[in-house]
Amino acid sequence: MILEAPAIARATIATPVLDPAVLRRDFPILDQEVNGRALVYLDNAATTQKPDSVLAVLESFYRRDNANVHRGIHELSRRATVAYEDARVRVARFIGAADSAEVIFTRGTTESINLMAWSWGLDVLREGDEILLTEMEHHSNVVPWQLVARRTGATLRWLEIDEHGLLNLEALPKLLNHRTRLVSLTHVSNVLGTVNPVADIVRTVRECSDALVLIDGAQAVPHLPVDVRALGCDAYAFSGHKMCGPTGIGALWARRELLDSMPPFQGGGEMISVVEREGSTWADLPHKFEAGTPNIAGAIGLGAAVDYLERVGMAAIGRHEQELLTYALDRLSEVTGFKGLGPDQVAQRSGVISFTLGDAHPHDISTILDSQGVAVRAGHHCAQLVMRRLGLPATTRASFYFYNTTEDVDRMVAALQVVREIFG
Amino acid sequence: MENPPLKSLYQHLILEHYRRPRNKAELPDRTVEVHMANPVCGDEIVLQLAIEGDEIRSARFAGQGCSISQASVSMMTVLLEGRKLTDADGLAARFTQMMHGDEAAAGDRALGDLRALQGVSKFPVRIKCALLGFDALLEALKQSGHTGVTSDGGDEPEGTP
Repeated sequence: MILEAPAIARATIATPVLDPAVLRRDFPILDQEVNGRALVYLDNAATTQKPDSVLAVLESFYRRDNANVHRGIHELSRRATVAYEDARVRVARFIGAADSAEVIFTRGTTESINLMAWSWGLDVLREGDEILLTEMEHHSNVVPWQLVARRTGATLRWLEIDEHGLLNLEALPKLLNHRTRLVSLTHVSNVLGTVNPVADIVRTVRECSDALVLIDGAQAVPHLPVDVRALGCDAYAFSGHKMCGPTGIGALWARRELLDSMPPFQGGGEMISVVEREGSTWADLPHKFEAGTPNIAGAIGLGAAVDYLERVGMAAIGRHEQELLTYALDRLSEVTGFKGLGPDQVAQRSGVISFTLGDAHPHDISTILDSQGVAVRAGHHCAQLVMRRLGLPATTRASFYFYNTTEDVDRMVAALQVVREIFG
Repeated sequence: MENPPLKSLYQHLILEHYRRPRNKAELPDRTVEVHMANPVCGDEIVLQLAIEGDEIRSARFAGQGCSISQASVSMMTVLLEGRKLTDADGLAARFTQMMHGDEAAAGDRALGDLRALQGVSKFPVRIKCALLGFDALLEALKQSGHTGVTSDGGDEPEGTP
């Protein structure tokens, strides 16, 4: 199959820097007090904040250009259609797609994966076929495959993680065989921050099987330069709201031949060519997979988010988060009882820190941090298989974006000292 | 700590029950057992009751979760021993009223140590934690054929996922 250049080529061209203090001015929401303290927002793996430029595009669309796409002959419909399709081109370019028709707008990563499961999976999978997932997956890359496996008789197999939160890649060749139809895995773990070596994994999959490779890029596209062709995968899913875009919009990228071979996911308007009583024929890509009126404003907002991220620079974002991660892990090691999860090597991680703190429960930690104006996530992070592997019911998770600063880290450390005061 | 609501939330008594839970053990002669979980946060409680006639003879629990959920269920089991079923029902109703900000309920001595949880009412996202044990209790009463659930404002118990 296709083997291409290393995936990080784009990242190594330059090492620009960014100034979070300046960029923060683009995010009005960050400038507020919560519980009497300046807000410190460290829940970016759940969703990121939106810059003024994205908010302005949403408002301008609804105030000036709102109409349905691909339907009306009138001026507003023309404008809406042009803006919607222009957003697709920008998104396609952002992830290195060869052709914008390979980018399907969805509600987000979850719907993108479900599209693959219910269109490709239900059509192709047979009894005895195997789907290989990893223990690191978010529930959105587990449950759709469980549902489709139950319908088709396919079997799920699992690539495990070690105690450092790294995939046990030595076991990968042994898990692949002629029955393996799909390998679906996350690019970056939402709990541990582990950045998986996707290009290497794809190479191994190609050597040992004819399986397709689907990547959950929800935590990758916002934080690192991603080039789907360089990765060599067959399909790639991600969400807009985790990368400065609106909620309710995301995308599935897949190779054209694959998308062409798949039946529609949902039926309705927009996705048909001719409808007759006996049956219908489908519209061309990408519309075949976009039944009904799409999230037009959302897509345009995502296009604006992509523009914003390109101005900041994905390489600069990646570098800033690495620096912040290094600083945070150092400062957090001062907190008595702090136990961080995930890979030891910062280079193998994204800006996510899951941790435990003595016998203080993550919910209590989260409540106390909130009282200090610090927003983090507590719980199982929709990744119960990871939690089970680590033997933990829940963790607290702080996750960074380019607008976070070392002061944010200092505030979190100070708030954790308040947890220590209460829980001893 | 300069934040008064936070101080009212994490009362000494709560942390004390969290660290040294009462009645956290297996109940061999139980007549009913209910597993209750909050899928959002992963808090879990298994409540075991030995019911004889119209009276709870003993109550034990197992579980894991935050200080609020675990302290609440620990305090609740202390109050359940030897209590009439209708009384247990009333206790659940009273506690729920306190969680919803009812000052009179918060002053009710019948709630025992549970009164330490009054501060939770100021933290809406944590009220579910405090009610998890009582959700289990109401379900246990229902399963035991005690249908006289009169609790006003008592949340419907949620099933496990």
